[in-house]
Amino acid sequence: MAGFGQGPIMKRLAGAVMGCAALMVATSLAHAQQPKHGGTLNFAVVAEPPNYDCHASTTFALIHPIAPHYSLLVKFDGEGYPKVIPDLAESWTVAPDGMTLTFKLKGPVQFHDGSPLTSADVKASYERIINPPPGVVSIRRSYYADLAVEAPDPATVIFKLRNPMAGVLEALASPFNCIYSAAKLKVNPRYPETEIMGSGPFTLLAHVRGTSWEGRRFAGYFEEGKPYLDGYKAFFVKSNGVVPGILGGQFDAEFRGRNPSEKAQLLAKMKDNLAVFESSWVNNLMIVFNTKRKPFDDVRVRQALSLAIDRWGGSEALAKISVLKYVGGVMRPGYAMALPEEELVTLPGFSKDIAKSREEAKTLLEEAGASGLQFKLLNRNIAEPYTPGGIYSIDQWRRIGVTATHEQLETKLYQDRVAAGDFDVAVEFQADFMDDPTAQFSKFLTKNASPSGYSGHADIKLDDMYDRQRRSIDPAERTRIVREMERYALVQAYNVPLLWWQRSIVNHKKIKGWYMTPSHYLWQDLSTVWLDQ
Amino acid sequence: MVWYATRQLLLVIPTLAGVAVAVFFLIRVMPGDVVVVKLRADGAAVSEETIQAERKRLGLDKPLYEQFAEYMLGLPRLDLGKSLWTGEPVIKEIVLRMPVSFQIALMAGIIAVLIAIPLGTISALYRDTWIDHAVRVVAVSGLAIPSFWLGMLIILGLLSLFNWLPKIGYVPLWEDPIANLSVTIWPAASVGYRYAAVATRMMRSSLLEVMREDYIRTARAKGVWTRLIMRRHALRNALLPVVTVIGLEFAFLIGGLVVTEQVFNINGIGKLFVDATARGDFNLIQGLVLLIATIFVLVNLLVDLIYGWLDPRIRLR
Repeated sequence: MAGFGQGPIMKRLAGAVMGCAALMVATSLAHAQQPKHGGTLNFAVVAEPPNYDCHASTTFALIHPIAPHYSLLVKFDGEGYPKVIPDLAESWTVAPDGMTLTFKLKGPVQFHDGSPLTSADVKASYERIINPPPGVVSIRRSYYADLAVEAPDPATVIFKLRNPMAGVLEALASPFNCIYSAAKLKVNPRYPETEIMGSGPFTLLAHVRGTSWEGRRFAGYFEEGKPYLDGYKAFFVKSNGVVPGILGGQFDAEFRGRNPSEKAQLLAKMKDNLAVFESSWVNNLMIVFNTKRKPFDDVRVRQALSLAIDRWGGSEALAKISVLKYVGGVMRPGYAMALPEEELVTLPGFSKDIAKSREEAKTLLEEAGASGLQFKLLNRNIAEPYTPGGIYSIDQWRRIGVTATHEQLETKLYQDRVAAGDFDVAVEFQADFMDDPTAQFSKFLTKNASPSGYSGHADIKLDDMYDRQRRSIDPAERTRIVREMERYALVQAYNVPLLWWQRSIVNHKKIKGWYMTPSHYLWQDLSTVWLDQ
Repeated sequence: MVWYATRQLLLVIPTLAGVAVAVFFLIRVMPGDVVVVKLRADGAAVSEETIQAERKRLGLDKPLYEQFAEYMLGLPRLDLGKSLWTGEPVIKEIVLRMPVSFQIALMAGIIAVLIAIPLGTISALYRDTWIDHAVRVVAVSGLAIPSFWLGMLIILGLLSLFNWLPKIGYVPLWEDPIANLSVTIWPAASVGYRYAAVATRMMRSSLLEVMREDYIRTARAKGVWTRLIMRRHALRNALLPVVTVIGLEFAFLIGGLVVTEQVFNINGIGKLFVDATARGDFNLIQGLVLLIATIFVLVNLLVDLIYGWLDPRIRLR
């Protein structure tokens, strides 16, 4: 049996406790220090956004360089994720029926051009997201479809829900919901694509396409005394340029995450000058079975393939070479609504007794007439973590007599094939800015309910449960539905999570006031960041 | 000579038109949708309706003949369309990256000439001696070692020895020569080595061939000094194939710095080409292929003109 027993769990728990303690000590030390003004933060971003429009984007490549230019209505707390804290909002109230949220705005707040920011700007920005004018791309339009926005006076914004919506406050804290100028949107609704004009802590100094992005301190920022930095410069580099770049002094940070090998390289060379932050990541790799193709339309085959994978052993082995680390179901392990581990291990593919699971898998394959199954595993040709994830799965399937051929393609070719349903089994991923089930379950639904329901199943029971959890504003009731849905999804196994990722950030230790969250999309406005130099 | 140059220049037009037509259609055979890559980059559940709206906005929903007509009508005005990824004019995207790639290719060319002509000449003059063997080892190594690998060794060397890497970003040579050279010298050296190796081998074999010619033997028989024979008769003739190699390699380098630019984080034409291909940005790929084709044609023309200068018989023909 390759799974781990009581010893390693205790070691892990002890490690986690020590890690948390170390993090708390580091955090309290950071608090004890008085922030210093000045300096420029240089950091790397391993991709570049196509344009500057937050509402049209889903990528960290936009958030890391551009978030410092914009304010949000509310945002996730960097120190206390998943708590939502004010940004432009000073306070808010939620009606007892949960159908109306009233926000009072801070004042005075000004845009980078000196014009005042009022509720009209918040309203215009959200209307651009909910009902984009022709030519404007709003990616999360359907997510906010139940919202209507009102601005009864310059300091008040009211969101009225047409239907109950759980997690609405968290949805409003999306880092992509940048607040734009209503006046400028009126002239040109597409101005955010090519122009930066927000109310965030930094103004745009220069963007040299393909090379760098530079921001300068905004003296009129509404939080007094912030930001602490004079400016920042983001360098667009390839992922393999991050370690040499930090070692060679080209930049001091990268906020997405590094794998164990890169972390080790950095620590080996400049341990005394680095600070390491680690957490589980709101990202996972999952196996998607194309239920339109035989024999993957048979639940016994899907379950067998999930049962064959030793996730607990894989967690130990893969964490040494990749970001794949945590065993979990549809919800991130440790998140309040996730299935407890003692329940998770009773579901197909999550047991710690891998020998027994594999025997069961072989029996299921035999019953389904799929012994000696052969298929192609479609994957991206990206080394981290797709290649190790794919290779590990193939090896696990080999142990029950299943032969999978690894077909790794460029991302654009992979996406075409998956979207067209032209695959047997695929390695897909889930990533979002928060743990909310409405975001996390999107790939588990039917194609009718979600454009990324790639498995092609027609099981509307999942869609129904999804809708019920989305409408349930009682947290206990919602947790109950989410867990029921998670159990059902893992038993039906249209998609099965492989492993959740670990986020490791290795930055120069002079960087203070940056807080680690489980999402690489959050806490990137740099308003609290300062340099201890 | 003027007539010759004019005729060659006029021939560029149908050549490029042919390239433009071929690249337009060939590129559309490539699978992959730029809109899907752009909107579903981080795995977002983007609706098909949004994808189609964006395709429409970019003009990708138009019939192929219409797209082709727009493209061909834009070419005479140097309008290569807009990048499907950034929405910026293709010309602007290329012009931004051209100086650094051009400079690195030029510096690599200079490094190649400075190394290849003396080394190739010495190697030929001291044929089959230890000097010749040493030069051949250097040249063969240059051919065997991929430029990007040499680039990685240079980076490792800089990090191990100095804990330093050049700053990211391009500063024009005339603004800050030191900052400029500190960035460009390393990729130029890594590609220049291979470039020099090719030219050294060519120089050696060409010179050996020329040295066997009757007119060299005659000059020797007349008692002319070896140095004078080399300068007046041998070198000039031996340079003809070397010039061809240097010219073609230069044209190749403009678009061929693909991996080396990535290794050194240089924002040049090669990196742009890789990114455009990975994203399926048809308009940008078309523009880049046309640019490289133009450079090939113009460099060939330049090589022809240099031929005429080196060997007056070519001009008369």
